[in-house]
Amino acid sequence: MFAYLLRRLGFLLLTVVLTSLLVFLIAQVLPGDVCRVILGREAGAARLAECRADLGLDEPAAVRYLTWLADFLRGDWGESYATGEPIREWVLGRVRMSIMLAGVAFVVAVPLAVGLGALAGLLHGKWPDTLISIGSLAVVGLPEFVTAIVLIQFAAFRFPWLPASSAIPVGTPFREALPALILPALTATLVLLAYIARLTRAGVVEELRQNYVRTAELKSLPRWAVLLRHVLPNALLPTITVIAISTGWLVSGLVVIENVFNYPGLGRLLVFAIDRRDLPTLQAIVMVTVVAFALANLAADLLYAALNPRIRVGE
Amino acid sequence: MRQHSIVRRLLADPASALGAAIVALFVLAAVFGPALTPFDPNQSIYESVRVPPSAQHWFGTDHLARDVFSRVLAGARSALLLAGGGTLVAVLFGTAIGLVSGFRGGWLDEVLMRFFDALLSLPALLLALLLLGTLRAAYGESVSAIGRGLGVFLVLAVVYTPIVARVVRSVALGVRGRAWVEAARLQGERLPRILLREILPAALPALAVEAALRFSYAIFLISSLGFLGVGVQPPNPDWGLMVNEGRRNLSQVPWAMWAPAVTIAVVVVGANLLADGLKRALMERDLQREKDA
Repeated sequence: MFAYLLRRLGFLLLTVVLTSLLVFLIAQVLPGDVCRVILGREAGAARLAECRADLGLDEPAAVRYLTWLADFLRGDWGESYATGEPIREWVLGRVRMSIMLAGVAFVVAVPLAVGLGALAGLLHGKWPDTLISIGSLAVVGLPEFVTAIVLIQFAAFRFPWLPASSAIPVGTPFREALPALILPALTATLVLLAYIARLTRAGVVEELRQNYVRTAELKSLPRWAVLLRHVLPNALLPTITVIAISTGWLVSGLVVIENVFNYPGLGRLLVFAIDRRDLPTLQAIVMVTVVAFALANLAADLLYAALNPRIRVGE
Repeated sequence: MRQHSIVRRLLADPASALGAAIVALFVLAAVFGPALTPFDPNQSIYESVRVPPSAQHWFGTDHLARDVFSRVLAGARSALLLAGGGTLVAVLFGTAIGLVSGFRGGWLDEVLMRFFDALLSLPALLLALLLLGTLRAAYGESVSAIGRGLGVFLVLAVVYTPIVARVVRSVALGVRGRAWVEAARLQGERLPRILLREILPAALPALAVEAALRFSYAIFLISSLGFLGVGVQPPNPDWGLMVNEGRRNLSQVPWAMWAPAVTIAVVVVGANLLADGLKRALMERDLQREKDA
């Protein structure tokens, strides 16, 4: 188990470092001269030279990458090109808001999705399965902004007291933020729900095809015992991985959802940074997300290993 | 004969047939749509500002008095060109890389796969936004509409190539030790021929399913980018962009938002159904073959 932990941790570090290199290449090397980006096309030669010296652009790319990575790890994320604010405080404040939103969605969606998915899988081919499958397919197929707009329209009609815009100040405590969280969290919940339920169902159906199920049936165990005692434990274990993968799905969804509702999270800041050509902020946001995504995957792997005797006991 | 039976299987299932019909309609709209639009999609019709759906304007007119039906129809072409083209490029590159990587193995495979792991550790929309944001910062607002389209197209190829490559690679890895591949190698066949004649056919079913799936996600991604305002720019009739413009004028012209929103949903769900059906048809065929053998 300990060796497994170390291997996973090493793998995580490698992925994050490689991704950081990729992000650096895209955001710093791809655009060519960053100073032209900041100062615009009409900038004079003197100001350009000054800016380049300021940002250390005369150094080779490898040195710049290492400097940036070291600064990032030390917590010095630089200042925004757009507003001059220190990026770290700015981004971390938004991270808290996004986590609040994602947390609510997760807490509601995961148990519901696993339950519905398992139900559909166990009854596959029957009407509850058809209903759940079609419903989840329709929601997976809808872009988040369409789901969000449908919900806003519905809420405005039925629950006029719910705010349609969630533009609350950054740092609002959870209790006060709750009314503004309901509609965006509901949108995220629906998307997650459909995604996880579909994959859970597929896992259960796959498991039902295994030989041990036939063995259990042939020795005339009651159907419910086969399903509850044999199929479900095996089928539900991989959903841990599914849930971890769905955090990646949720990240994409949150970017859109936060923008529909004007919710001041990381996704809203991301689009702002793109609009204002604020490359260091863009870079920091992407790095934060990568680390969060990697950690979610690590947590899932460890939980999976802890629950799965084949890995827990080791080879 | 073989293809024929898959098509028949696919169409026998109502959900898959519906998906196939929707995708076919979408392709037809993309090919012929721009020639069939009753009005110029970018031209204001000043005598009919914000009129609701009617016999003359099927989906009404928007806040700038443009015919919404014409815009939706015209938008099909750019959606198909971007999503289809991006998917096609990703499939071509992904297949080539996956075949070589899976067949050759060794350090090349290791390096490529780690690189793809890094790319895939970024959620698709995030990677797309990072790339488009950087491109925008570098080239500014001066870029033409074609340049913007090209950016989206490029981003799709970069985002989806690693996914396709992984699928093809795993098939290549699975069959490279098989007798027929070994025989070809011993016969002294050259590498490209082995890859194309012996390995690629084994990967085709998985590739077809993956391509259909990527295509539906591509439409999804493009419309999200359009909605966020970082993809195709106004006044182009991009569906995501139209939803965003429509949302700002929702109280006066709700139809200007609902028409493109419903269209996106229908096309994405249709492509999804088709991909699902294709997967099932291929699985059933394999089961049938096992029984026959």
